[in-house]
Amino acid sequence: MIAHPSDLPRLAKKKFLHDAAEHVRDTSHRSFVRKALGGYYTSRDTQKARFRDWEQARDAASLAKWSAVNRLDELLPRFVANFEANGGQVHWARTAEEARDIVLNLLRAAKAKAVIKSKCMTSEEIHLNAAMEEDGYGVVESDLGEFIQQLRGEPPYHFVFPCMHVRRDEISDLFQKNLGTAPTDSPEELTMIARRHMRQLYVDADVGITGANFLVAETGQISITENEGNARLTAALPRVHIAISGIEKVVEHLDDLAVLLPMLATAGAGQPMTCYNTLYAGPRKDGECDGPEEMHLVLLDNQRTAILADPEQRDSLHCIRCGACLNVCPIFKNVGGFTYGTTYQGPIGSVITPHLRGLADWNHLSGASSLCGACTDACPVRIDIHHHLLHNRRNAARTAPSRWERLGHKLFVMVARRPWLFATGGAVFRKTLGLVKAVRPPLVRNWLATRDLPAAPEKSFRAEWRSRKDDILHERS
Amino acid sequence: MNARDTILARIREALRVPAPLPHLKSRNAQAAAVPAAAGGHAGLTVLPLDVATPWLPDGGDSPAEQLQLLTENLEKLRATVVQVADAQAAAEYVARLAHDRGWGRVAYHDHSLVGPLAAALPCETYRVDAPACDKRALESCDAGITTCEALISQTGSLLVSSATGGGRGLSILPHVHVVVATLDQIVPTLGDALHQAKERHAGRLPSMLSFITGPSRTGDIERILVLGAHGPKELFVILVG
Ligand code: SF4
Repeated sequence: MIAHPSDLPRLAKKKFLHDAAEHVRDTSHRSFVRKALGGYYTSRDTQKARFRDWEQARDAASLAKWSAVNRLDELLPRFVANFEANGGQVHWARTAEEARDIVLNLLRAAKAKAVIKSKCMTSEEIHLNAAMEEDGYGVVESDLGEFIQQLRGEPPYHFVFPCMHVRRDEISDLFQKNLGTAPTDSPEELTMIARRHMRQLYVDADVGITGANFLVAETGQISITENEGNARLTAALPRVHIAISGIEKVVEHLDDLAVLLPMLATAGAGQPMTCYNTLYAGPRKDGECDGPEEMHLVLLDNQRTAILADPEQRDSLHCIRCGACLNVCPIFKNVGGFTYGTTYQGPIGSVITPHLRGLADWNHLSGASSLCGACTDACPVRIDIHHHLLHNRRNAARTAPSRWERLGHKLFVMVARRPWLFATGGAVFRKTLGLVKAVRPPLVRNWLATRDLPAAPEKSFRAEWRSRKDDILHERS
Repeated sequence: MNARDTILARIREALRVPAPLPHLKSRNAQAAAVPAAAGGHAGLTVLPLDVATPWLPDGGDSPAEQLQLLTENLEKLRATVVQVADAQAAAEYVARLAHDRGWGRVAYHDHSLVGPLAAALPCETYRVDAPACDKRALESCDAGITTCEALISQTGSLLVSSATGGGRGLSILPHVHVVVATLDQIVPTLGDALHQAKERHAGRLPSMLSFITGPSRTGDIERILVLGAHGPKELFVILVG
């Protein structure tokens, strides 16, 4: 079992800085990721243009999620009652550990021999695969990207595009080594290798594990979004279906999906709709010819209620995990998905991870932003992502202020309040800037490693203004 | 306290402080949201779908427009759409397809639109709902023929259900999915399809309702589109009427 960064919290920041520096220098990796995302921008814009009013549609989507999250106390029990009326069984988990235990107990009860899994970020969050393997259950990830990552022994690089950083020749090698297939450089052939490999596994599996994208309170259905059909197969063929979901995935009406499903597809992947959007209402019904005999749903809190308790950042629970904010983020594109060391990468991951795993150890992610706001603009449910990064910085400064920052601010206030001191300070600065460049004192060495200081001006702005003010004002009038 | 009660108590406690409204751009959205927010959380409502529908992609007004949009969208998704005059012509089309492709075995379910197509096939057939589906038998089929609940012109999607579409496996496990439907099953929007399904199955929802939008696909390798990841590689939509 590979040590997960969350097990080594104190190292999280160090690791982030180290990996970021490394990735930023890796230009081939960067251009590969950029190229992979190139097609996304075009198709997203094409699909966005099919909306008659994308901005207003975002309003509708954000209101649907806002109203559901702010009435979770009423809607979650309503969902659960309806889901149970449909014949499903609900299991509540306060923590990742409880969720793992629930799943393992279900596997034991089902006498599971073969388990197949479709993409489920919540299961990554609770490190389910490792726990299952420890208990002796083999598990196969059926989503192509997740399958490739499983063979590579790596977590997903991007929570929607798990292996977008892997080149086709690496995948060919991987399949050659693990599945004994012939080498190829065709993505099509590689996909067919996985398809052939997986088919029998679906048929043989006795338990299928999936995630959930929406929980519909009104009808007690869960909705699963996917492109490949692997989730459909996972929920169709095995005898037992286990779905794992965060409690925040509730929407009130079935109608809400008519807005959210196309927006999820367009924002996240530039599609009109994701290929399969499937609503499940419990296990196989009388009169149906197939489907699982049992359907279980694990509802996970794992600190989500802590985010809920923060009205300022409550909207980060509106997230529909479309991945748009990652695709547009300059930081993500430069430091890459692994650098975050989190289950959820990119801007939204930087917002919620400090809540999920502790602000003290994860506040460095609040700085993993240029504050350009591209994420907030891209978000289909209007989460105020980049401001939340600022909120986290503020909260961290409040709870554990840095002594150096405080001292710095005090000094600045002292200087700024005294014009003579400010002027003297400026003069000293102009004179010594060249020296700073030459000596590179430790305090600024990192900063200077990738940047150049501008040349110091001869005079201060105020001196300049005094000498030229008459000319400038004259010209204006 | 057990996990359920703890979580629900935490939620109630967390929601005691209300959250501000999202930054809404549209007046319509604001108008709907503000009174709701003022009424406290208990009175909160979302925008009714008919307010949002004019913002979503167009589904077409007239049946002719809807048919055209549906066809265009399906073709962009790389599905094959054929319009035929009657059930006889549909059966001939599928029989020819089976012959040309050399299908050995085709799965289908009991339905007035589907049955005659299966009967006219030049190969072996397997009926999945007689009465239960054997997944190994289904896996050995080259194609599956189903009907659907609705076709949605807005997105080029089909809605299939486990109650009327031959269960869960038939529309996903075989390599080719053939859908046969009538023109009057076309609805303009996803919302219309959902409403219709809710009404039709009032009080007893099918265990699965699936929007299918084109043949199965993946972009997981270098973000390059490949059809037929795990589900059908090909999708044929046969419109009768
Ligand atoms: S925060 Fe918004 S843009 Fe980012 S994944 Fe979630 S819904 Fe998508």
